[in-house]
Amino acid sequence: MAADGRTSFGTSGRSAAVSDETAAEAEERRRDEEALAPDDTVDLGEVRREAGVDDVLDALDRELVGLAPVKDRLRELAALLVVDRVRERFGITADRPTLHMCFTGNPGTGKTTVAQRIGELLTGLGFLRRGHVVTATRDDLVGEYVGHTAPKTKEIVGKARGGVLFVDEAYYLHRPGNERDYGGEAIEILLQAMEDHRDDLVVVLAGYADRMATFFEANPGMQSRVAHHVDFPDFTADELVTIAEGMVADQGLRFSSEAYIALHEYLERRREQPWFAGARSVRNALDRARMRQARRLGEGGDTEVGLADLTTLEAPDLRASRVFAGGHRAD
Amino acid sequence: MRITQGTFSFLPDLTDDEIRLQIDYALAHEWPLSIEFTDDPHPRNTYWEMWGLPMFDLQDPAALLDEVRACREEHPEHYVRVIAYDASLGRQTVALSFLVNRPSEEPGFRLERQEGKDRQIAYTTHAYATDRPSGQRYGRADSGRGARSNGHGR
Repeated sequence: MAADGRTSFGTSGRSAAVSDETAAEAEERRRDEEALAPDDTVDLGEVRREAGVDDVLDALDRELVGLAPVKDRLRELAALLVVDRVRERFGITADRPTLHMCFTGNPGTGKTTVAQRIGELLTGLGFLRRGHVVTATRDDLVGEYVGHTAPKTKEIVGKARGGVLFVDEAYYLHRPGNERDYGGEAIEILLQAMEDHRDDLVVVLAGYADRMATFFEANPGMQSRVAHHVDFPDFTADELVTIAEGMVADQGLRFSSEAYIALHEYLERRREQPWFAGARSVRNALDRARMRQARRLGEGGDTEVGLADLTTLEAPDLRASRVFAGGHRAD
Repeated sequence: MRITQGTFSFLPDLTDDEIRLQIDYALAHEWPLSIEFTDDPHPRNTYWEMWGLPMFDLQDPAALLDEVRACREEHPEHYVRVIAYDASLGRQTVALSFLVNRPSEEPGFRLERQEGKDRQIAYTTHAYATDRPSGQRYGRADSGRGARSNGHGR
C-alpha cells in the first residue's frame, strides 16, 4: 500500500502552515461578513447589547456594593473595547489593547469577585474564549527545587488559557533577600506568557497597594506589561451594612430592627480594630451571630419556635461579640 | 505503508483545526489529555514515551495544541498521539487516542516466518524501521542529533 492517502500533518512544518492558513481564512471570512463601508453607521448600543456588556456591568452595579472607582474603570474599559471592535469592522485595525490588570486594595474589598466578572465581561466582548478564572498563589507557581518552577508555572498558565489568571498576593513571588528562591523564574515565565499569549490570556495581579508598589519597583518588566491599575477602596460602615444585609438575605434570614442598629455599631467598631478584612470579616461575624442565635433558640427557656424565630437575628446575637467588650480579637 | 492506529485512523490526517475540535470534545467530557511519541511502529507497542506530564484541569485547547506543536517540532520524524483518559468510575480507561504526527516516510513491515518443531511455522511482523537504533529510525532529520527532549522540565 502506497502512502498516498496522507493529506495534512506529515511533518510539522507543513501541518502548521495548513492550519494557519485555514485559521486565517476563517478570520478573513468573519471580517468580510462584518466589514463596513466608510459611510456606514453602527448603533453602538446594539453592539453593546449583543456583547452583553450592559448586563454584566449592571449586574456588577447591582450585586457589588460600593467600589465606585472600580466600576468606573470597568465601564471605561468596556466602552473602549466596544469601540475597538466597531473600529475593526470599519477596517481600522488597532492593536489589541493590553488587558493585563493589577488590583490593589485591602483584604476583603472584592478583588477576586471583580476578577470573576472581568472574565465574563471580556468573554462577552470576544476578547477571551472562555472567561474562566484560575486563581494562583505563590505555591502554585514557584517550585521547590531547580527545574521545578518552569513546568509548574507553565501548567498553571496552560490551565488559564482562554480565561483569566488571577495571581493573588503577587508580591510573594519576589523574595529579594533570598538568592536561592525560584520566584524570579516564575515571574520571568509569567512575563513571557503575558507577552506570548496576549490574545487569549488576561493576567490579573492582586495584593496590598504598598507591597505591590515594591513588587513593581523590583520588576519593571511587570510594571510596563500591566496596563490597568485599579485601586479598590475600603468599604464604609454603611456599605458593610448593605453587604451584611445581602448576605443574610441570601441565607433566608433577616435582622430585627434592634439587631440592625447593633450590626451598625458592631461594624463601626470592628473597622477600627486590627485584622479587619472587609466583607470577609462581615461574613465571619454573621456566621458567629447565627451560631449564637441557634444556641439562644435551643438552650433558652422557651424552646418552642416558629418560622419568624428561626429566621430572625436579634440584637443579643450580635452584641455578645467580644468587639463590644473592647477586645482585640473579633469573636 | 501508512500506519493506522487509534481513532480516525482511516480518515485523512487531521488538520490542527480538527485536532483542536477533538481536544475541545475531550475537555467537554472532562477527560485529561496527554501527548506521547514513539518511533517504534509495531502495533503491540503500547507504552510510548510521554511528552511532559498529562495536562489536568485544562479549560481551553490552546495549551495542549501548543504542546502538540512543540512535540512535533522536537520529533518531526516520530509518531505522536494525543490521549484522552476517562477517569470516571467504571470506565477508567483511554477514551480517545489519535495520531497527530507521523514520519514523512513509513517503510512498513515484513512478515517473518520462524520454522519450529515439526515444521510448524510461527508468523510475526517486523517493522523495517526498527532495524535501526531508536532515534535514527525515520528520515534524516533525526539522525545524529544526540539526545532529544521529552517535554519534561521545559
